[in-house]
Amino acid sequence: MRFVRRAWILAWKDLTIEWRAKETLNSLFFFALLLIFLFQFALGPDRERLSAALPGLLWLGFILSGLLGLGRTFAGERDNDCWDGLRLAPGEKSAIYVGKLAGNLLLMLAVEAIFLLLFGVFFDLDLVAALPGLALVVGLGTLGLAAVGTLFAAMTAHVRARELLFPVLLLPVEVPVLLGTVKATEAVLLGEPLGSVAHWLKLLAVANVIYLTIGVLTFDVVLDG
Amino acid sequence: MWFSTGSRGLTRVLGWLAALGLLAGLVLALGVAPREVSQGNVQRIMYLHVPSILTAYLAFAIVLVASLGYLVSRRQAWDRWAGSAAEIGTLFTGLTLASGSLWGKPTWGTWWTWDARLTATAVMFVTYVAYLMLRGMIDEAERRAQLAAVLGILAALNIPLVHFSVLWWRTLHQPPTLLRPVPAALAGIFRLTLGVNWVAFTLLFAYLLAKRIRVGRLSEAGLP
Repeated sequence: MRFVRRAWILAWKDLTIEWRAKETLNSLFFFALLLIFLFQFALGPDRERLSAALPGLLWLGFILSGLLGLGRTFAGERDNDCWDGLRLAPGEKSAIYVGKLAGNLLLMLAVEAIFLLLFGVFFDLDLVAALPGLALVVGLGTLGLAAVGTLFAAMTAHVRARELLFPVLLLPVEVPVLLGTVKATEAVLLGEPLGSVAHWLKLLAVANVIYLTIGVLTFDVVLDG
Repeated sequence: MWFSTGSRGLTRVLGWLAALGLLAGLVLALGVAPREVSQGNVQRIMYLHVPSILTAYLAFAIVLVASLGYLVSRRQAWDRWAGSAAEIGTLFTGLTLASGSLWGKPTWGTWWTWDARLTATAVMFVTYVAYLMLRGMIDEAERRAQLAAVLGILAALNIPLVHFSVLWWRTLHQPPTLLRPVPAALAGIFRLTLGVNWVAFTLLFAYLLAKRIRVGRLSEAGLP
């Protein structure tokens, strides 16, 4: 219980800061809009080509905005010299991981909801029918992204060239998540039943369990420096 | 253990054994083993290709074990094992990709295709390049060991996930010939040649690893 409370306090602190400043949320919203323009310009006006590429583009958007958002997980602590305060907080260090992860997850899901809405508007996509399946796939995929992203953000928080190193570390690890989510999203958008992509959903679930376990077990080592 | 403390005499013996094994493997691969009927001489690349990837897997298994060993014991020696094995494993993965590419051009008609096994190997390659980049960005030895250990474990556990995801994504590569339970998938001489080359590559790996660990130990001790 105390573990959950500690994690919650940290997540609440981050979300309150975000709610008041709206720094990340506003920038990522605008970034998502720009990405949609970019996709449109890169692929041209051909509707068929665009709709065939939509699941991939959607996750490309999620991953790119995720890279920017997740990379800033510990920016507040770093810029305000609170890193040591975070490290010295009493109790299990993994509570800090879970708290940061929860905050990241909520933020990413908010950005992704906006992104989906923009996608629906600009690419004329009927999202209502696909929404339950889509919610499951996006939830699983986002957890996979955020679980590793939060861990790597802590690892690179005080490393040279962290803005470069963070995506370089994260992207190779996220390959299974990207493949699984794109394939599952494709099926969901085509109106296929979730059973047809059950193996992908299981893979995503297994990946999430592995990532979360490693994050929880190793976070006190990561926070040590 | 002489291996990690770096007895130079024994390392040298290992080096000579590796050299002899590679020479024998080369003679078998280019001289003794017959031309394969359907693929011709191109098939001989397999004697380099398959031992390379097996050696790379061995190296990355060592990275995993050494990373776990470091986190449990916090002894710097484990980190030298992990870092050294990762460097050499990345080298052999690169060799696998390059030799596979050379084989693919005449056989499949293309240098590269997004086949499942190729893609998985390429993803493994970039993952460990990223691992080495992380190591390169951290100057303090203890901190480097801590973070590299976490990534070393995550990268290894991710390999099966990458494998299955890419397998379901698409496949074109022929099924593995060496470890398949069907007997006689490979005729005796092919099998022997492959086996000798595999042993030689493993010896070469052990030699390089011993050397690299010694270099790591000396540079940490402050010697030039």
